[in-house]
Amino acid sequence: MLGLAAVPLIADVIDEPFYTVMFSRMLILSIGAISLNLILGFGGMVSFGHAVYMGIGSYVVGIGTFHAIEDGISWMGNGLIHLTIAVVFSALTALFIGSISLRTRGVYFIMITLAFAQMFYFIAVGNDNYGGDDGLSLYTRSKFYNILDLSNDNSLYYLNFTLLIVFLYFSHRLINSRFGILIRGAKSNEKRMENIGFPVYRYRLVAFVIAGVICGIAGVLSANQTDFVSPAVMHWTRSGDLIIMVVLGGMGTLFGPVIGAVAFLFLEEFLSGITEFWQIIFGPMLVLIAIFGNGGIDGILVRLDKWWQIKK
Amino acid sequence: MNWILLLEQIMNGLQLGVLLFLLAAGLTLIFGIMDLINLAHGSLYMLGAYLAATFTNWTESFFVGLLLTLPACMVLGMLLEIIAIRNIYTRSHLDQVLATFGLILFFNEFVRLLWGPIGLDIQLPEILNGSVELIFGIRYPAFRLAIIAAGIIVAILLYLLVSHTKLGMLIRAGASNRQMISALGVNINLLYTIVFGLGAALAGLAGLMAAPIMTVEIGMGEEILILTLVVIVIGGVGSIRGAFLAALLVGFIDTVGRSFLPDILGFFVTNDVADTAAPAISSMLTYVLMALILAIRPQGLFPPKGV
Repeated sequence: MLGLAAVPLIADVIDEPFYTVMFSRMLILSIGAISLNLILGFGGMVSFGHAVYMGIGSYVVGIGTFHAIEDGISWMGNGLIHLTIAVVFSALTALFIGSISLRTRGVYFIMITLAFAQMFYFIAVGNDNYGGDDGLSLYTRSKFYNILDLSNDNSLYYLNFTLLIVFLYFSHRLINSRFGILIRGAKSNEKRMENIGFPVYRYRLVAFVIAGVICGIAGVLSANQTDFVSPAVMHWTRSGDLIIMVVLGGMGTLFGPVIGAVAFLFLEEFLSGITEFWQIIFGPMLVLIAIFGNGGIDGILVRLDKWWQIKK
Repeated sequence: MNWILLLEQIMNGLQLGVLLFLLAAGLTLIFGIMDLINLAHGSLYMLGAYLAATFTNWTESFFVGLLLTLPACMVLGMLLEIIAIRNIYTRSHLDQVLATFGLILFFNEFVRLLWGPIGLDIQLPEILNGSVELIFGIRYPAFRLAIIAAGIIVAILLYLLVSHTKLGMLIRAGASNRQMISALGVNINLLYTIVFGLGAALAGLAGLMAAPIMTVEIGMGEEILILTLVVIVIGGVGSIRGAFLAALLVGFIDTVGRSFLPDILGFFVTNDVADTAAPAISSMLTYVLMALILAIRPQGLFPPKGV
């Protein structure tokens, strides 16, 4: 963590600002993966449409700054307003998707969340006013009065970093609260939880909405990072990427999603350095992880640690 | 409203419907019997299209290409099952999603490596290239008509296979109780490989038939995969009958919605608004349908019996 805090300084010293951007992406995707981990890892809800909220957050910034520049409506470029609207829209969307999807189980849940994500994807594609398929370039980033200047990559990095810490702490508190224990309990035995007298559906829905909101905030950051918004942000393969990060890092662990997101981007960077066709290596790797990996990278670390303890 | 156009669009809907059915039948069988979510099903469709285009160019005959593509896809499917898929049947659905997602990435890059990033064209034979008179002088492309005919023939063959042969009996038995039929001495591994190969061949056939009317390109499998997932969810996962009816329903709604929604919306709002809103709404239509059906019947319209 301390290492991550020093990234922009080191990058400035060795004059490689690219690293700041790359690690910034890691932080944002970590936040997205943390939010998915809340419902996937702890709640056992395999949502295959989590990138939707990333898209909503991104489009709030994209559309906001678009009107701020084109029509000169300055409040629409305000970052706090972006965050607020992104939170509200993500929450409403998650409420809508969750209230229908959570009535279903297992494979139906996976597919219905996927289909809903696809529905929002098509809304973005069909929306010609805001670029449609081609997307929308941001000519300015979200404005936070004079306190925070996001046009500087380093300040954006530290905003991402701070929010990552906040959400890590938040998810730590949440999963150890009564609410979190209930969600985890419902994962291992839903019937029992219901028989004890808890309305599992409502608790799950709340968890689903919380996860959506956090990912929506990650979307706001992501749009500022890339200066670009397009429907591709919520393409279903992006949802797949988020699942990969969570599983790769270790589901249902606090730091798993962060490790997963970092590992994912490192692998992408490393493998695409070897060959242009890097996914031809990455694809079979995923198959192997699914077959042999148990608990992801975090699980391997835990097993290594145990092995070390026994040896001592 | 223009009746000739309506008839044409109904035929187009039927054509998309049978195409979806070919994919959905395999996918729903694989899910029903092996309890496997196979996202890579769209990749087999893509490979079918690429193989068909390549074989057709080699042999300069669409029909020889067809005869080569089907067994090739079947063998490819069986190999895939033996090498990778076999190991994940007992895993959680999440692991299956992860593994088959990895296979999609692999196949997409594999195709890019082998055939390059530019799409392929496929040459149709003379007899399928023209158009045929339906009724009252309405003409319809012969190839699309052939797709509909082929789809319906395959549907009937599949029905006969599943409900009137020994293999079909094993498939049905496997779908309702896996442990029992393996305890009765049926080679369940072989059965799984055969069913997966059958699904792959059907997906390949769909790819081959889609190749001349849609572009053969990387990623073509993923768009139709999602639509196919919608079909099997609406129809009830594991049910071939449900898949057939849902495929036709989705085919109609998608096609007819796309062509008539601007007119229908035009009755309610100004033409301007209708023209901008219609494309977005019509591509959402099938998903709205799915959401509605699942909200009322979470198990789909025709869930298989005894599950």
